Amino acid sequence: MFVIGERLNGMFLDVRKGIQTKDKSIIHKVALDQVKAGANALDINVGPASDKPLETMVWLIETVQEVTNITLSIDTPKFDVMKAGLQACTKNPILMNSTKGEEAKLDKYMPLAKEYNASIIGLCINEKGIPKDVNSRVETAALIAAKAMEHGVEMDRVYIDPIVMPANVAQEQSKIVLESMSQFRLLSDPPPHIVVGLSNLGQGARERELLTRTWIVMGVFNGLDAAIMDAADKEMMDAFITAELLMSKAIYSDSYIKAYQASHNHVQ
Amino acid sequence: MESVVEKWTTKVNTITLGATKQMGGTREKTVTVGGSSTLPYLNFEGAWPNPPAIAIEMWDREPDGWPEPLADAYADVWKDPAKWAKRAVEYGAEMLCVTLKGTHPDFGNRSPDEAAGVVKDVLKAVGVPLIIWGSGDFNKDNDVMPRVSEAAKGENCLLGTAVEKNYKTLTASCLADGHKIIGESPLDINIAKQVNILISEMGFKLEDIVIFPATGALGYGMEYSYSIMERGRTAGLSGDRMLAQPVICTVGQESWRVKEARGSEKDFPTWGDLKKRGPLWEATCAATLMQAGGEIVVMRHPDAVKSFKSLLREFTA
Repeated sequence: MFVIGERLNGMFLDVRKGIQTKDKSIIHKVALDQVKAGANALDINVGPASDKPLETMVWLIETVQEVTNITLSIDTPKFDVMKAGLQACTKNPILMNSTKGEEAKLDKYMPLAKEYNASIIGLCINEKGIPKDVNSRVETAALIAAKAMEHGVEMDRVYIDPIVMPANVAQEQSKIVLESMSQFRLLSDPPPHIVVGLSNLGQGARERELLTRTWIVMGVFNGLDAAIMDAADKEMMDAFITAELLMSKAIYSDSYIKAYQASHNHVQ
Repeated sequence: MESVVEKWTTKVNTITLGATKQMGGTREKTVTVGGSSTLPYLNFEGAWPNPPAIAIEMWDREPDGWPEPLADAYADVWKDPAKWAKRAVEYGAEMLCVTLKGTHPDFGNRSPDEAAGVVKDVLKAVGVPLIIWGSGDFNKDNDVMPRVSEAAKGENCLLGTAVEKNYKTLTASCLADGHKIIGESPLDINIAKQVNILISEMGFKLEDIVIFPATGALGYGMEYSYSIMERGRTAGLSGDRMLAQPVICTVGQESWRVKEARGSEKDFPTWGDLKKRGPLWEATCAATLMQAGGEIVVMRHPDAVKSFKSLLREFTA
């Protein structure tokens, strides 16, 4: 699992405080805690409160690059912020998070991914919104994959996000998303990666943690290989490590959790 | 035509054995193995920087039951470890594997001090790096190996073996005296991984471990060692740090146990000259396990060493 640590988000109070007071040590600590917990990448999101998203994104990226060399996921829906983020990310590998699966957007974002040698997340959202059935989800994913190829972005750099919906209001969507995922893998050889953000799933639900933990296990069976999550959520980490083991993605040993941690540690 | 190239993500660890004067030891040279970024000799896919190293096996006591071709090579020296060591180096050993068979309760029950004496004699007699292998009796090894480890302190030897049920004493000794360690598992990939985790949990560097997956000779379980070595290696090249260690194979010991290598011409008249057949069996086993990713090959017969070496030269030419 390519774990994209979600904690560097202005939505969290400590990060917001770090941004407001320009206190690098707060940002460094949050970043390093995620890396220590096993993150393979760090999602960088200025949060809803920022009034200068572009400057804040650049400052966050520069700050995080001071303490780690892992992949930075530039999380913004704004094209100019994305571009500024790409220019600021001079040391670390980049994941662009994200573009919608709309033709016009893809024609703008894919060339950027190519130019900056970046990986890119394509959301299963088209002009009509979030598709509600398997076929239109796969269709949107196919467009993302086709546009990547057209613009010369290797499939190994493409991450498709099928968009997970809250279980308490869109219960039937979970099954549809999981079924779509297993078809994403047939789009190309090698197939694109599949990434999800699971914070949506348990929104407002009482068993939030259990829902997401169960979902990620089912996701692994259907080809999920990346997730935007809190790397410090040990139960969630252990759940997918175990699921991947049972899918023979790692060789069993009694201490397989420790073996995973030792093999996926990016602490410098 | 486009060639199909596998993209591995990680490399096998590189390990250097032996310590020269500058490094705090007394060895004339060191031996480096590992470091490959692909399976053996797939040069179009990645690098395979260090060819396998050949160690020759010797004992701390006179062996019993070694067949005639081996007796021809060593019988005049095998009562004297220092002389045996020199002979093995003459035969082309890049390292020596000193097996402390004589310390086993059933094979002489020699004391830890006697074993340490043998190791010191060998260190004095030759300048190649040493592998030091215990008798396999847990209790006795836990008495003998710390003493031996101390006697060879600073020489950067490879000590074995640590197993799932008995690894703490040897790991502690290797840590204290600056040696590398062999983690042994009984033809079981899951246990091979577990042993490495256990050793590393004691603060031992993963880069200082060599995997001994147990060796099977041609005709006697070789397919098991081969597939386990291959599976471990592909996992190691795919990012599993617990299986990214170089591998040691006890080719001589296993080959000379099988009847095809040791059976007399009288008993098997159609099998041909034993003096050729035995070494050929051993060299064939070595050549096969090298292709599964074996980095340190422990051998016995000088002719087998010679033909395996010439094969390596052809491969690397």
